[in-house]
Amino acid sequence: MTSPLSADPAGGSGTAWPALLSIRRVAKTFGRNAVLRGISLDIAEGEFLTILGESGSGKTTLLRIIAGFESASSGEVWMGAKRLDQQPPYRRRVNTVFQSYALFPHLTVEENVAYGLRVAKRPEQEVGERVAEALEKVRMTAHAKAKPAKISGGQQQRVALARALVNRPRLLLLDEPLSALDANLRRQMQVELKSLQREVGIAFVFVTHDQEEAMVMSDRIALLRSGELEQVAPPREIYSRPATAYVAQFIGHTNLLKGEVAGGVARCGALSWNVGLSDGPALFSLRPEQIRIGSGAASADAVRVRGTVLQQSFQGATELVRVQCADGLVLTVRRTGGNALPREVELEFSGDDAIRVEESPEQN
Amino acid sequence: MFSRAYKIAVTAPPLIWVMVFLLVPYALMFCYSFWSVSAAQTIVHAWNLSNYEELAQKPVYWETLLRSMWIAARVTIFSLLLGYPLAYFLSFYGGKRKNLLYQLVIIPLWVSYLVRAYAWKTILGSDGVLNTLLQYVHLSKHPLEFLLYSPFAVVLTLTHIYTPFTILPIYAALEHIPRNLVEASHDLGATPIQTFWRVIFPLSIPGVVAGATFAFVLSLGDFLAPLLLGGPSGIMISNIVVSLFGAAYNWPLGAAISLGMLVIVVSLLFVSEKIEKRWSFS
Repeated sequence: MTSPLSADPAGGSGTAWPALLSIRRVAKTFGRNAVLRGISLDIAEGEFLTILGESGSGKTTLLRIIAGFESASSGEVWMGAKRLDQQPPYRRRVNTVFQSYALFPHLTVEENVAYGLRVAKRPEQEVGERVAEALEKVRMTAHAKAKPAKISGGQQQRVALARALVNRPRLLLLDEPLSALDANLRRQMQVELKSLQREVGIAFVFVTHDQEEAMVMSDRIALLRSGELEQVAPPREIYSRPATAYVAQFIGHTNLLKGEVAGGVARCGALSWNVGLSDGPALFSLRPEQIRIGSGAASADAVRVRGTVLQQSFQGATELVRVQCADGLVLTVRRTGGNALPREVELEFSGDDAIRVEESPEQN
Repeated sequence: MFSRAYKIAVTAPPLIWVMVFLLVPYALMFCYSFWSVSAAQTIVHAWNLSNYEELAQKPVYWETLLRSMWIAARVTIFSLLLGYPLAYFLSFYGGKRKNLLYQLVIIPLWVSYLVRAYAWKTILGSDGVLNTLLQYVHLSKHPLEFLLYSPFAVVLTLTHIYTPFTILPIYAALEHIPRNLVEASHDLGATPIQTFWRVIFPLSIPGVVAGATFAFVLSLGDFLAPLLLGGPSGIMISNIVVSLFGAAYNWPLGAAISLGMLVIVVSLLFVSEKIEKRWSFS
């Protein structure tokens, strides 16, 4: 792991990846405030890419630069051989689903969906057919004549989706479109959105602050922190091989072990295990589910440590147990069984599961 | 929740105000319009329709009313044509100066109506600023007579006076439009001009209607501008009402005309209210 960006297939100038959209060293400053600091990211044809980040990480700004509502302070955005960032939004083959849907209140559902085709002066017959098809796809045919104020949030969401997709954009941008929905509807829409994306085959760039949502839907996740990309990788990889301590903590739970590597052995307090790393200080991420509570039957090369149970938090299918070990080390362990635990437990894990991560400096 | 005394204390003053200054005068006007004036110049309190018969028979009243409406219509159109772009600019491109520019629109309203009307008199008169300038640059040899004491002067002055009344409601309506609708329109491929006609303008209609109603109703009832700048050809219906209540001492006929005007204005307000409701979405 040399750079946090090493997992990015678009890293460097490689041409092997058929990029639909190419973001090159895009930076944005508002006054003296740097919101984006040199973002480079390629989006592939038909891909579901999620831009994940906390509020203030710059994710919405990046989306608005792709859509054309903001201009980058420096850097370029390319779609194929065409430079996009100098085009006004209405000349980009990119459509957006807005956070608050932004449906036109004076137009019916049908007229909203037809908007893009009408301004492009498509023949009325074609408009009618495509609008009917799009409404069918999002199951809103029954509400075609309703005004947006008369339908529910989830339905407005679907109309916004149909209004964007009916134009057959090459890229669809979605700005936290599910954040206004309640939890159940949200989970349902996540599944629907993903299957819709597969069906239409259009590349989606989805912005969210919800890491679970990102994991469920994405082909790749681009994790943004304070205007910089921390890691770009498929969900499984970003979870199992986080590049930085920040990524490891942001996506799921983790234990961060600060240690020292010497002669192919990593030491962290009383713990030690073999590694293939060069000497020096190192930070490791160890997922709670990689730690077992002593069965005694573990393989001989497992790392073992004894500790006192501090706290158990029940999470439904699993339970998180915080265990106080020697030297002030506290480990979080995930276990499935619900039976009672003794006060003293023995923990064991495999040294291979401790993933070396880059330190993430405190930022602000 | 509130005591009886408190409720009476807060509702009584406006009720009394409306009674004394609105309902009673209207009732009086209504009664007067069915009375008449005797040969000896006294008001006869006998109910009859003679005032309305006279209005129906003498074309001068109709002609003046139609001319007044035509003047008011022109003022309305010019005020909207001037006011809309200004309100649009203010709302969409005002930036940091928005508040300052908004105040600049309001400032003329602090200046007395009479001062503004007289200002136009100095500008448009035969020895006025405009004629002097035109002769000085040899664009005309004699003072242009049609500038002052004409319907033109009335329309110009009223447009100047009532344009702020159209700007304010249009500006309020434009401010009300969520900016992400404009972004959504651009996103869907609409050019700025298409976006204006398909999204911005339709959503600003309530403001336009409110502004138009202000300009039309206020101009229709105006009597100072025609009095000062209208000349014989620029007489408006209110001037007739004024003279009927004054020199002519025919209050009943004046009341009948006023009642007719009231009916016109109230029906206009009713219609504009309907249109505003139809185009409001919040």
